Amino acid sequence: MQTQTDTIEQFATQDYKFGFVTDVEQDIFPPGLSEDVIRALSAKKEEPEWMLEWRLKAYRHWLTMAEPTWANIHYSPIDYQSIAYYAGPKPKGSGPKSLDEVDPEILATYEKLGIPLRERELLAGVAVDAVFDSVSVATTFKAKLAEVGIIFCSFSEAVRNHPDLIQQYLGSVVPYSDNFFATLNSAVFSDGSFVYVPKGVRCPMELSTYFRINALNTGQFERTLIIADEGAYVSYLEGCTAPMRDENQLHAAVVELVALKDATIKYSTVQNWYPGDEHGKGGIYNFVTKRGKCDGANAKISWTQVETGSAITWKYPSVILKGDNSVGEFYSVALTKGYQQADTGTKMIHIGKNTKSTIVSKGISAGHGQNTYRGQVKILKGADNARNFSQCDSMLIGDQCGAHTFPYIDVQNPLARMEHEATTSKIGEDQIFYCNQRGIATEDAVSMIVNGFCKEVFRELPMEFAVEAQKLLAINLEGSVG
Amino acid sequence: MSVTEIQNASAALAPYIADFERFQGGRPASEPAFVQALRRAGMDRFSALGFPNTRQEEWRLTNVAPIVQGSFHRAMSDPNAVAPEQIAAYDFPAAARLVFVDGRYSARLSSIAGTPAFPAGMVVTSLAAALAATPGLVEPWLGQLAGFEQQPFVALNTAFLGDGAFIHVPRGVASGLIHLLFLSSSEDGRATVSYPRNLFVAGENSQLTVVETYAGTGAYFNCPVTELVAGPNAVVDHYKVQRESREAFHIATFQVQGERNSVPRSHSISLGGGLVRNDVNAVLAGEGIDCILNGLYLVDGRQHVDNHMRVEHAKPHCASHELYKGVLDGKARAVFNGLIHVHKGAQKTDAKQSNRNLLLSRDAIANSNPQLEIYADDVKCTHGSTVGQLDEDAVFYLRSRGIGQEAARSLLTWAFASDIVERIQVEPVRKDLEEFLFARLPKGEVVRQAV
Repeated sequence: MQTQTDTIEQFATQDYKFGFVTDVEQDIFPPGLSEDVIRALSAKKEEPEWMLEWRLKAYRHWLTMAEPTWANIHYSPIDYQSIAYYAGPKPKGSGPKSLDEVDPEILATYEKLGIPLRERELLAGVAVDAVFDSVSVATTFKAKLAEVGIIFCSFSEAVRNHPDLIQQYLGSVVPYSDNFFATLNSAVFSDGSFVYVPKGVRCPMELSTYFRINALNTGQFERTLIIADEGAYVSYLEGCTAPMRDENQLHAAVVELVALKDATIKYSTVQNWYPGDEHGKGGIYNFVTKRGKCDGANAKISWTQVETGSAITWKYPSVILKGDNSVGEFYSVALTKGYQQADTGTKMIHIGKNTKSTIVSKGISAGHGQNTYRGQVKILKGADNARNFSQCDSMLIGDQCGAHTFPYIDVQNPLARMEHEATTSKIGEDQIFYCNQRGIATEDAVSMIVNGFCKEVFRELPMEFAVEAQKLLAINLEGSVG
Repeated sequence: MSVTEIQNASAALAPYIADFERFQGGRPASEPAFVQALRRAGMDRFSALGFPNTRQEEWRLTNVAPIVQGSFHRAMSDPNAVAPEQIAAYDFPAAARLVFVDGRYSARLSSIAGTPAFPAGMVVTSLAAALAATPGLVEPWLGQLAGFEQQPFVALNTAFLGDGAFIHVPRGVASGLIHLLFLSSSEDGRATVSYPRNLFVAGENSQLTVVETYAGTGAYFNCPVTELVAGPNAVVDHYKVQRESREAFHIATFQVQGERNSVPRSHSISLGGGLVRNDVNAVLAGEGIDCILNGLYLVDGRQHVDNHMRVEHAKPHCASHELYKGVLDGKARAVFNGLIHVHKGAQKTDAKQSNRNLLLSRDAIANSNPQLEIYADDVKCTHGSTVGQLDEDAVFYLRSRGIGQEAARSLLTWAFASDIVERIQVEPVRKDLEEFLFARLPKGEVVRQAV
């Protein structure tokens, strides 16, 4: 089918639309990592002594660790000494107090990305925290959130203003010694978002963070901590982009979620880091540790992710189901094209009684993309009546790509029930033909079929993000059929 | 690895290396040179690899420390000394029967003439005899299928290969039913080790039905390797019934190579053994192969059974179907690890894999890792895995009809297992397995009457 081959080529060479660089005055550390760099970083952020100690503890532990090699991904070794561990727009005074003080260049950047901070504040009703390289540049809607007692601010601010909360919860889900990249992050994390929703409060709006890597040769190491106290509810969105560069850039983030009794956290990601050019050169290495803990009874944590960017994605958003009757969910769409590689999935650890988890993963591979689902469902001895359902579907477009599934299932309780299903398929010529017959162009048909394939996941995204995710897929599939 | 670990590891290998020299030295001088070289290669590889540990992905959930720490010797007593009555429990009518005692062929207990007589060109004999009489039939295949680059136990078996069964079915011939019985036991209270090595070659358009039965008493370590080639259009039915003693270690590898349009089918039944590992690897090396690999494991007490499958779809238009079912009671642990690897260009592959586990007790543990690795786009691959208990509603349904709690549970367990049992086409094997289930299940007599 000649037309389809054409489309696949076009699909694979699709341009990245967020590849511009913003020219702002940068305050950047020279490349290299040592205790001094960490001390300097900590000093720059005016952190208290305990924070520095925590970083150093992590750094010393990191020195003893080896980079993991088990993932089904291939990349040339990373030189951790050639990365700059801090880059931020030069502060004017003591940091932006309101949007008016933010560098107009940066605001323009976010406009280009389709995240008009001002408009969002006025119209959309979504509170945004924007992170530019290592620094959180603006947080909107703070005042309104504060009225109901919600704390939504940059991580650095939280370290200064809410040290008790940070000390209590930082590292409680992802300890500093967790894994190679998480430990590196613990040592050098720059900024990120912090959310605390007090007892019984339902967050009145979607909270959102946009991450942007701008500077050359930097790594972004953000750290997000979200705490939903008893009976609270919060929905949090995350979006990411980066400029086009020939060299690979490292992004090693850590996200920790803590849901106490009866609380619900919904965490959605649309990840569109620069994936590298059509020859697989450049792009972001996205090595992220995300984990949530349902600490009390009836807590619920739901992860939804749409992964379309990054040269390499290595990420396993997990849920520890500790409280009885707690619920964990994982919905994922991962698209790999060009030479992108994704090794992603989830871990569901059932500890409490009557805990439930659902995993729906949709992988789409095109071009030379390699897509791997890797997940673990662990049902411990005490998890009576635990229930898991997993479904992992893969779609292959073109004959150069690969789709892989590695689920690990470990059941230690006879009252538990778990099911895992996986399928692999391609877009059938008969499906395309059926659409063509009814006057639907092949391009629209492909987009329609892919969107149908991913529907179960998109349904879980908040409204604006669902639209955005569908658009993102459509852009990627645009011109994919002749 | 720390220095002590390295010292311990090499200490564990020392007796095997010493025994290898004794073994190699004691072989007849008439043995073909390729066998000597193959053994040497096996030993070299085994010394380099050492015993696996749980830090290796392939052995993550199966700890072979009891084997590493154990001390075993190759049995020295006469294999013909075993009384014929001792095999009666496992015997059934077959065209040929080969009996191996502690890994060595027993001519007295075997009957290989063929009933009815085998057609010309058909060879059913012990591997040792085949190496002496028809080395030309053995050399192209022996050690060529079961790789031992990363498989320490295959390397170990290769180092000590010498005896086992050799079957050669010529073009266009149907073999009839061939039964291989492997009896093992401890000798004077000391644990023995045996390394049976089997090679089955089914020629073009041929048909082969073969049953391997493993049984024994006392403590011992059995490390068999079976290689099978299904030639073009050949239909091969392979059954393995593992009924080792509860104190035994059974670490086996079954390696299949299918050629164009062949139909290799294998059923593996695991009932005995203390620590059991079955590696089943199939390479679909021609187009149009229809491969079936099924299994059933029934374990309780402290038994540990690990089934590792690997199906390589190397050519287009092949189908593979795997169904493994397990019933776990007591403190038993079952591991299933299945990989379907679809190579580049293996279009129109239809691969299906499922693993179902039934947990009957609170302390049983099931691990299931079904895996897909796919490098072709026009394929249909699915896998499924379930772990669960008996359906309480179904138990209630049966009880409301006057069937007791125990009998109801047994009936449902029977139904779960019968999915595999009914697929066994060799009647004596199926009947034996049914009898085993009646005896094992509580209130088995009620089940017998009901089914």
